[in-house]
Amino acid sequence: MTPARPFVFLLILLVVLCSGIAARLDCWFMGWQGNRANSWNPLDVFIGSGQRLFAESFYREADVYYHSGYYPTIYDNREAFQTEHIGEDTGAVASHNRGDETGFMGAPLDFIDSFGRHFYPSRHTHLDEGGPTDDLSTSYRVAEILPWLKIASKLDPRDVKTYLVMAYWLRVRLHKVSDAELVLRDGLRHNPGDPQLLFELGRIDFGDYHNLASARGVWEGALRSWAAEKPNVPRSERLKYAVENFDDRFIFEQLHEYLAQLEVEATNYPAALNHLKLAQLASPKPDELQQQIDDLKRKMAKTDSSSAHR
Amino acid sequence: MRNVVAIAKVVLLEMYRRKDFYVLFIVTVLITAVMGSVTFFHDPNIVQYLKDLCLFLILASSLFIAIGATARQIPAERESRTIFPLMAKPVSRAEILAGKFLGCWLACGVALLLFYIFFSCVAVSREHSLPLAQYFQAATLQWAMLALVVGMTLLGSLVFTAVSSNVTISFIAVVFILLVGRHLHQVAVHMNAASGTFITGLYFVLPHLELFDVRDLIVHDWPIIPWGYWLGALVYAAVYSALLLTASWLLFRRKVLQ
Repeated sequence: MTPARPFVFLLILLVVLCSGIAARLDCWFMGWQGNRANSWNPLDVFIGSGQRLFAESFYREADVYYHSGYYPTIYDNREAFQTEHIGEDTGAVASHNRGDETGFMGAPLDFIDSFGRHFYPSRHTHLDEGGPTDDLSTSYRVAEILPWLKIASKLDPRDVKTYLVMAYWLRVRLHKVSDAELVLRDGLRHNPGDPQLLFELGRIDFGDYHNLASARGVWEGALRSWAAEKPNVPRSERLKYAVENFDDRFIFEQLHEYLAQLEVEATNYPAALNHLKLAQLASPKPDELQQQIDDLKRKMAKTDSSSAHR
Repeated sequence: MRNVVAIAKVVLLEMYRRKDFYVLFIVTVLITAVMGSVTFFHDPNIVQYLKDLCLFLILASSLFIAIGATARQIPAERESRTIFPLMAKPVSRAEILAGKFLGCWLACGVALLLFYIFFSCVAVSREHSLPLAQYFQAATLQWAMLALVVGMTLLGSLVFTAVSSNVTISFIAVVFILLVGRHLHQVAVHMNAASGTFITGLYFVLPHLELFDVRDLIVHDWPIIPWGYWLGALVYAAVYSALLLTASWLLFRRKVLQ
């Protein structure tokens, strides 16, 4: 009979060896950046950063809902749907759409195609413009896009566009200002100091809460963030008229235009004038802004003369 | 016809005893209930995502029931040798096939009815309206689609030797048609002559299951399908099912069952 003692020793040796290696590896694993075990979110643990790929699909699904299911597949002409319309309509996203959005299907290819078009959505509609029933009283149903945007923001919290679009629809079309504010603050938690999110937050302070001081603080903070984003790129370079500069130009112009509006409301005309001149640097239509500058100058002159008369 | 109905009754009874439907129904109810308990931005009227999910689960469950049940019918009878006492009775092979088809299809119909009652309850609880005509069209079209699926699977059970291979191939075929069927002609236009002709031929020959998947119309509250087109789709399903049954009978009538 083979004695058991050597096997017991061998077993103990193996246990000690395994524990030692595990303890050594655990130290390294805890410090490793790719360690997913620290997260309580099951998506983080199982999919990791792969969930960002799904986020884009959910964002697109929101656009599908916005069109009540009328949406091009990979086999259709997608030129008019390069940029999701839910984002394009907010004015905060650069649009790459071309072509006819209402007729991407083209003429029916055969009788099955023609017959089949009665069995799926085959007419272009927007939920906030009445949707499939063309009944404008049901425009509140645009809220149906929100679950998909919420999921997209959970899957990719670093994607600023999702928060902007969600906040826009909540604030402008559904009049849920406090919810929009919460969405933006959630976005800022994941993307600290993002100028676009700060700009939208300032719009809530200015337009909905009429809190000029708070709005000014938020927008000026956004301008500082804008400058700090690319410290090595000169401002003139970032404001050049080019598609890749759209976000930089757009946010810079909008911030200065809104700050100008705010200063006019606060009767601080010199500051407003300064902001309008800066907005001109990024504007695709500087003539229109020049007209505003001229109007403001006239207003300032009138105010000066009336105060001199007194 | 009495023989066909008798065989169909046996199939229905067997399906009633099996646990497939109950499990799928409970899973559908649980997932829908969990998703329904989530509210987005304190808006209780947001319902389309829930309808979408519920209808997807209904479609997947009904396909699972139809393919799983039908694929087993003839191989199980052969394996357990119960097909011999059945054929010893004055029952033709055509009647056996028709009975099996009818039984499976009716079982799918019963399951679908319960699923759609649940779906209506979910939709009514959130939307406070019941578009019965739309739901009726969706349910009947889906039931017609299941007739095609049952026919395809029954044919497959006579071609493929193993149940598992039949189930897998039937599932792949159904999913392929549902996803790509509508676009095959469009794809063929951009191909060269030979492959283009082949794909176009496939497009006209394949059963267009996607015609019967009207979930998008229901989820997004589109108006009802004109009744003429609805009836046309049902006739198409009936003709195609008859074709599939005939093909199955042609294979079955000379099949050696030993």
